[in-house]
Order: sequence, then C-alpha cells, then structure tokens
Amino acid sequence: MAKKKFVVGCFDDEAVLFPAVKKVRTAGYKIHDVYTPFAVHGLDHALGLRETSLHTAGFIYGITGTSTALGSISWILAKDWPLNFGGKPHFALPAWIPITFELTVLFSAVGMVMTFCYLCQIAPFVKKHHFHKRATDDLFVMVIECTEKTNTDDLKAFLSSNGAVETDVQIAEDGWWLGRYDKDEILFENKQIVTA
Amino acid sequence: MHLKYESQLREPLVNGNKNYHQVTEDIIRPIEAKPARLWYIGFYIAVALLLFGVYSVYRDVTYGIGQWNLNKTIGWGWDITNFVWWVGIGHAGTLISAILLLFRQGWRTGVNRAAEAMTIFAVMCAGQFPIWHMGRVWMAFFVLPYPNTRGPLWVNFNSPLLWDVFAISTYFTVSLLFWYSGLIPDMATVRDRAFTKLRKRLYGIASFGWSGSTKHWQRHESLSLVLAGLSTPLVLSVHTIVSFDFATSVIPGWHTTIFPPYFVAGAIFSGFAMVQTLMVIIRKVFQMEDYITMGHIEAMNKVIVLTGSIVGIAYLTELFMGWYSQNKFEGYTFWYSRANLFSPYGWSYWGMMTCNVLSPQIFWFRKMRRNLFVTFFMSVIVNIGMWFERFVIIVTSLYRDYLPSSWSVYYSPSIWEVGFYVGTFGLFFTCFFLFAKYAPVIAVAEIKYVLKTSGESFKDNMGDIEVQQVEAFVHDHAH
Repeated sequence: MAKKKFVVGCFDDEAVLFPAVKKVRTAGYKIHDVYTPFAVHGLDHALGLRETSLHTAGFIYGITGTSTALGSISWILAKDWPLNFGGKPHFALPAWIPITFELTVLFSAVGMVMTFCYLCQIAPFVKKHHFHKRATDDLFVMVIECTEKTNTDDLKAFLSSNGAVETDVQIAEDGWWLGRYDKDEILFENKQIVTA
Repeated sequence: MHLKYESQLREPLVNGNKNYHQVTEDIIRPIEAKPARLWYIGFYIAVALLLFGVYSVYRDVTYGIGQWNLNKTIGWGWDITNFVWWVGIGHAGTLISAILLLFRQGWRTGVNRAAEAMTIFAVMCAGQFPIWHMGRVWMAFFVLPYPNTRGPLWVNFNSPLLWDVFAISTYFTVSLLFWYSGLIPDMATVRDRAFTKLRKRLYGIASFGWSGSTKHWQRHESLSLVLAGLSTPLVLSVHTIVSFDFATSVIPGWHTTIFPPYFVAGAIFSGFAMVQTLMVIIRKVFQMEDYITMGHIEAMNKVIVLTGSIVGIAYLTELFMGWYSQNKFEGYTFWYSRANLFSPYGWSYWGMMTCNVLSPQIFWFRKMRRNLFVTFFMSVIVNIGMWFERFVIIVTSLYRDYLPSSWSVYYSPSIWEVGFYVGTFGLFFTCFFLFAKYAPVIAVAEIKYVLKTSGESFKDNMGDIEVQQVEAFVHDHAH
C-alpha cells in the first residue's frame, strides 16, 4: 500500500479536543481519524461519522440462528427419524424453545464479533501503524491527511493554537499488514521493574 | 466534555487524585512488575491441586466412575452437585457485565473484568463434571447432533440434558467473546507500554492490532451493548435450563415449577459471593483500593442480601407446598428428609439454611456491608451454603426412592470424587492467577470513561450551584 503523509496533533483533554475537531473541519482539512484511549461519546458525531449498522448485522445473524435451530430440529424429529415418546406429537415446539433461543444468541454473538473484527480489520498477527504510543494511554491523537496543497507548518501551528500539546508530521501506510510489533517499534523507555 | 451526568451525591467510583495516565499506571503495574512471593505461593498451590484433580480424573477414565461412591439410588452425587455449584458461580460475571451495563450501573466498571474472567473459569470447571461423568468420555461427541452412521440416530432435542449441552456451551462461548472483546483495547495499552521485545510481540498478537480509532470505538460500543442485550436473557436461560434438569423429572423435591427463578437467584447469590472473595484479595494484593472501593463492595453486598433473601423465600415456599400439596412423597422429602434435623441428611439442610438465609441478613447493616473482614468471611460462608443447597437438592431427593428395598446406605464420597472437586479448584485458581498476572484485572478504558464524572478529584471540583443543590438536598432529607 502506498505511503501517505499525515499531520498529527495530540490533545490531552477531550474538552479541548471537541472544539479543535470542529475548527479543523471548518477550516476544510480532512481528518483521517482521531485515536483515543477510550470511547469518547459524541466524537463520532463531531467527526461526521455515520451510525454503525453492526446491530442490524447482529439481528440478521440472530434470525439465522433461530431458523437454523427450528429448521433442523423439526426436520430431524418430525421427518428424518420420528421417535414416539409416549404418543406425544412429533412436532413438539415448546420443547424446542430452549435450544432455539440458545442458537439465536450463539449465532448473533459469534457473527457480530466476527463482523466487528472484519470491519475494524483487527485480528491476531495484524499490524498497523500507530501514530502515537500514548494514544492508548492518555492522549487524543488527531491525524489529518495531507494533500499536495497542505502546508504542514501552517497546519501544525493551527493545531497548536487550538490546544494540541504535541504536533508532528508522519509518513505512513494507513492500512494493515501481517507483522510483528517487536520488529520496528521503539520500546517504552525509562521503565524500572519493581515487585508488586 | 461531559456527556454523561452523574449526581454529586453519589459516592465516587475512583478515589484519589487521578488523571488518565495515572489510571493506566495503577492498573497495568502488576502486569509489568515481577509477581510478589504471595503470587508464586498461591499459583503453586493451585497447580498442585490441579495435578491431584488430573490424577483423579485419570483414575476415573482408567477404572470407570465405579470408583466414586455412587450407589443404587444416588446416581448424581458430588459430581452433579459440583457441576451446578460451579455453573451458579459462573453467573455473576455476565450479570455484572451485561445486566448492570443495561441498567447503567457505573460501579460495574471496577469489577466487571475480573468477574467475567471468573465466569469463564467457573464455566470451564463446571463443564468438567458432566463430561467425565459420562464414564466413557471418548464417546462424548455423541451429544452433538450430526448426520452419523448409526441410523442416523439423532440426539433427543426434547431432553433437558441436551438443552444443557447447548446452554452451557453457548454461555461459555458468548462470555468468552464478551470478555475478550473488552480486553482488546486494554491489551493494546499494555502493548504500547511494553519494555521488552517479547512483551511487545505477545501483546501485539493479543491486542489484534487495535489502534483506538473513533470508528472502531463506535463499533465497539455498539458490540458491547448488543452483546449485553443478548447475554442478559442468556444468563437467565442458562440456570433456568440447569434447573430443568431437575424440574422436568418426577422425583419428589425436584418436580417443582419454582425451580427456574429459585435457581437463577441462587446462582447470582453464589456468583456475587465468589466475586467478593476474589475482589477482597485483588484489591489488597494489587493495591487497587482506589478502583475497587468500599462503595463497590457495599453494592455487591446489597445484591447478596437481596438474592439470599429471595432464595430464602423459595426454601420456605417449597416447605409450604410440601405440606399444602398433601402429596405423601413430597411431604416425606421436604419434612422428613430435609427439614428434620435428625434425619440422615438433616444436617445438610440446616447447614444450607444457616449459611444462605440466616447469616447474609447481617448485610442489612451498613457497617457490616462496608467491613472487609465480614465481607470476606460471609462470601466464603455463602459459597459453602450454596454447595449445601445443591447437595440437599440432589442427595436428599434421591437417597430414598419409591422402592424401600433399594434405599441406600449412607452416601459419602470417595477420595477420587473429592479429588476431582479439589482439582477444579486448582483449575480455577491456576487460570485466575495467570489472568491476574498477564491481563489488566480492571477494565482500563472503562475506568477512564467514568473518571471525569465519577472520579473523586473531579467530584470535588464541582461548581458552586451544584454544591448548593447538594447541601439543600442533604438538609431536606436529613433525619
């Protein structure tokens, strides 16, 4: 994948981040993404992202589970090998409710988690470029994609004036690839090992 | 930007003057530090118990389950007692993470991760019992419905025992997915702080390449919410189905419609007790007092006194129905085999009553709810009581059946039955020690999410108007 140029601005407070996001967007820059250590509510709307439809996928997986359970149990017990349990009906729907429910939940949960991993492109052994180490700790990292016209110095100054505590220009790939994190990443420094 | 408002009257969920970085430091520290000597001692004891369990199970497979002291009427002894006991314990984790998420209970963030881990390990332990009880365990795959060369002879979908197979395996899978999807962002936090190459590599794999993108967080939130919505009925269904194993039979003492709600309440009761046992230890050993506060402990003790009392009502209802039904067999089971202290198993019934119904009433007192020693002691007592409950249900209903000639001599377990049970403790604690060493025991990202609304230092900085409101409220409502 081709490498792209990004301007990175780091914020240490979400109260500063929100107005900054608004100003950067009004100024016409294209925000590639904002990396945050936790789910900041409302940030997706501030960035103009649409709602996720993951829950709709979950519903579809769920009814797939329901119909799989009902379909196979009724075929097995009423058609393929009907057994006589004291003259009770072969099509014993109430007795099938527990398994039907369990399979609905199972299909929905497994399907949703797999869809989640697929949409976010996350999996074991997947490696991505991380713009800042502290994006999973205490920094809110705004990444702006540069075009040929972008003046990086101006943009850095603009971000600083809007409260960014650190700014940076990085050239990076924005997709994912299979890789190891210990190969090219710098280790966390000044770490002393203590006994708990 | 506080999009979530929390009343200033509520107790803070995070004590001390913390910022986001401090939260990371505090919670990740045990993972990055060398384990204390206590950890090694605990871990080796757990592994020793596990090995004893493995040997007991090895003997079960080699000599058959005839080496257990089961007899003509008691076909389900310690084995199924332990199964139900572990499954019950496995209910608190998903309850905390799912039901409390739907009810927007902020205090769940401090305890959900460890409670979910506990759930998964408890269900793993529970699963051992029905599997090895099969005797010829290499035939275990016969419980799966697949087109086979034996007819095809399908499994009986109308049987509660098969419902159990589906319920327990679904519950385990969904709990595992829920737990791990919450763990991914925290694993990324550990990865980005790694100070050795090996850590970087392993946590890199475990974190799935998580970056913290806004879109990913949005999907993550949606996923957590829907999984919580799915897990809530699931957690209720699982113990309901376990109770169906008994309730759909015609054995006096089992054949009652009260079983599903009664079992679910009991499961929550014992699960919270086990969470308390573990939390009291974790907050002490890992110095997590700021995150697992007395408020958390108190909230869980409130759940314990509530569910303990529900279970108590169920016991009394059963006794009443044993008399009111005027069914001789029911009456005999409830009033002779159980409630009569001088019958062969009367001691187990009264042990259960004392541990489950009487002693938790101490938690009506706030002082007791906020006392760590009492909490720890009671959590162990409750779990002993809940073990007795399952023992009472299984053994006292079975040991005198409809045919007096087959009435059994006194049932006491063989050393290998006990060894199997002890072994599951080993499995549980081995897993839990490893989890506590290699994964964040508290959900880092979720604590950060509630920090600015529920952190002590942020609550102190509230505005003047809010201070006045709080004072007015306290004035109006003071006794």
